[in-house]
Amino acid sequence: MIVVITARELRNLFLSPLAWTLLAVVQGLLAWMFLLLVNDFRELQGRLASLDNAPGVTDLVAAPLFRVAAWVLLLLIPLLTMRLFSEERRTGTLDLLLSAPVTMSEIVLGKYLGILAFLLIVIALIALMPLSLALGATLDIGKLLAGILGLSLLTAAASAAGVYLSTLTTQPAVAAIATMGLLLALWMIDAASTAPGVTGNLFGYFSLRRHYDAFLLGLFDSTDLVYYLLFSTAFLGLTIRRLDDLRLRD
Amino acid sequence: MQRFYNNAPCRLTLVENIAMAEILAQVERLTRCYGEIRAVDEVSFTLRRGQALGFLGPNGAGKSTTMRMLAGVLAPDAGRIIIDSVDLLDQPAQAKRSLGYLPEQPLLYREMTVDEQLHYSARLHGLSRTASRQAAADIKERCGLTDVNRRLIGHLSKGYQQRIGIAQAVLHDPSVVVLDEPTVGLDPLQSHEICTLIRELSQDRGVILSSHRLSEVQAICTHVQIMRAGRLVYASSLADLEQQQQSTRLRIGLKMPPPLARLTQLPGVERVEALGEGRFRLHHAADAAPYQALVERASAENWGLWELAPEQVSLEQIFVSFILESEIAE
Repeated sequence: MIVVITARELRNLFLSPLAWTLLAVVQGLLAWMFLLLVNDFRELQGRLASLDNAPGVTDLVAAPLFRVAAWVLLLLIPLLTMRLFSEERRTGTLDLLLSAPVTMSEIVLGKYLGILAFLLIVIALIALMPLSLALGATLDIGKLLAGILGLSLLTAAASAAGVYLSTLTTQPAVAAIATMGLLLALWMIDAASTAPGVTGNLFGYFSLRRHYDAFLLGLFDSTDLVYYLLFSTAFLGLTIRRLDDLRLRD
Repeated sequence: MQRFYNNAPCRLTLVENIAMAEILAQVERLTRCYGEIRAVDEVSFTLRRGQALGFLGPNGAGKSTTMRMLAGVLAPDAGRIIIDSVDLLDQPAQAKRSLGYLPEQPLLYREMTVDEQLHYSARLHGLSRTASRQAAADIKERCGLTDVNRRLIGHLSKGYQQRIGIAQAVLHDPSVVVLDEPTVGLDPLQSHEICTLIRELSQDRGVILSSHRLSEVQAICTHVQIMRAGRLVYASSLADLEQQQQSTRLRIGLKMPPPLARLTQLPGVERVEALGEGRFRLHHAADAAPYQALVERASAENWGLWELAPEQVSLEQIFVSFILESEIAE
């Protein structure tokens, strides 16, 4: 049943110009960034050769590209998730799902996975850029995979937050702004981690960015993985509760 | 059209059989509050196979709220709903399998085509890929949707959207169908077609519908219920209603009316009301309509009889009188 909902959600995205525009904008921006990075690397190459233990192409092209990609996606994910529940509530079509023999968790997971599937397509297209370097250079595949995994996890967490916030309002724009605010706040909270003692650690732990950076360095720490999984699960859980609550309230 | 008339006699026998038919939906003391307001207040009723239950009531009486709770879209504050012997609140997913629902606004995605919408809905209700294609083809035939297959729903007229909504509600062959104002916004011809369709559907299912057009309820339903301010104030089978109301009143018009007392003396007449302009209403015992005596007396005494008709109480009159009575009672 989840598959049915996911498939419709994904199809629906591609029926509207939104998904295509989003793909085009992300791909265009990042391709330009990618070319700049490759160019920088070419210029640096001579000097790098003289260094011991010099950073490779993966560190100098793939990692910065993924860093920018994370930023771009954090700004665009709210636009994808904003309509998920708010619009269906406004037009009343949510009742189709509510009156069908599916559970609340199936509805939420189905919709969430639909968005996630789309974002994985976006990430796959982004990953093709650094992968294309394999034609002429030696890539650190491990590092690259860690980067892709990090970006996917970050995306999964951000979408879960967006899904939840879209159940709080019937106006998509409000949901989008709230999601953007939350995500950026969690991204920037890292700056406060220099505070001394426990507070600093806590801020650092909650930062979306700190955990992502670890992946980009090629470090695979289960703490980071658990952070993103907990983050996503918590927001999906809240979404299910919220929808159950809506059935009681309006 | 042909079918519409052919159905009429067999429906009467159906009504008689309904009393024994299996119970498809049972609602017990259903209550739902919005803040201080009790939108639905301890409503109980049962629906059997073959019944078409018409919900009547002024706006805000709680009809839609009751129907939304039946469809599992809204959670009740108290009470029990049993659909096809499964408790809707305990096992919602299983109970909803036997349920079809059309709310006031059909549940349609404007950006999908008719085929996509029906297919999606069928799959959501657990039909396999092939079964849902078959079911969609069948229902499109029945609802007259075959020539709009590939059109976007957002581009279709309200009448078509309503038909798609109904098609969607019965696509997965549910045993209980809940229709909230199925004919709203349709032209007379379309609404006639929809009525015929609903009537067909109700023969081997249980249908609950609400409407503001009383004549429609009279044409489709086997049972009526009137709600007011969240309470069920009247419930009866339409057959009973007709029988009980049909033959106890007679309306006559006389050019030269005699004194009222003369009319009261007619055999079987219990009470006479003067309606003005030579018209009278005679109340008589159910099995003793004084047609013959009246005609004989009228011609013998030269009353100038120009109108003689049994007065049928329309659903509208019952509706109005019940709403008024319960308002006065408060």
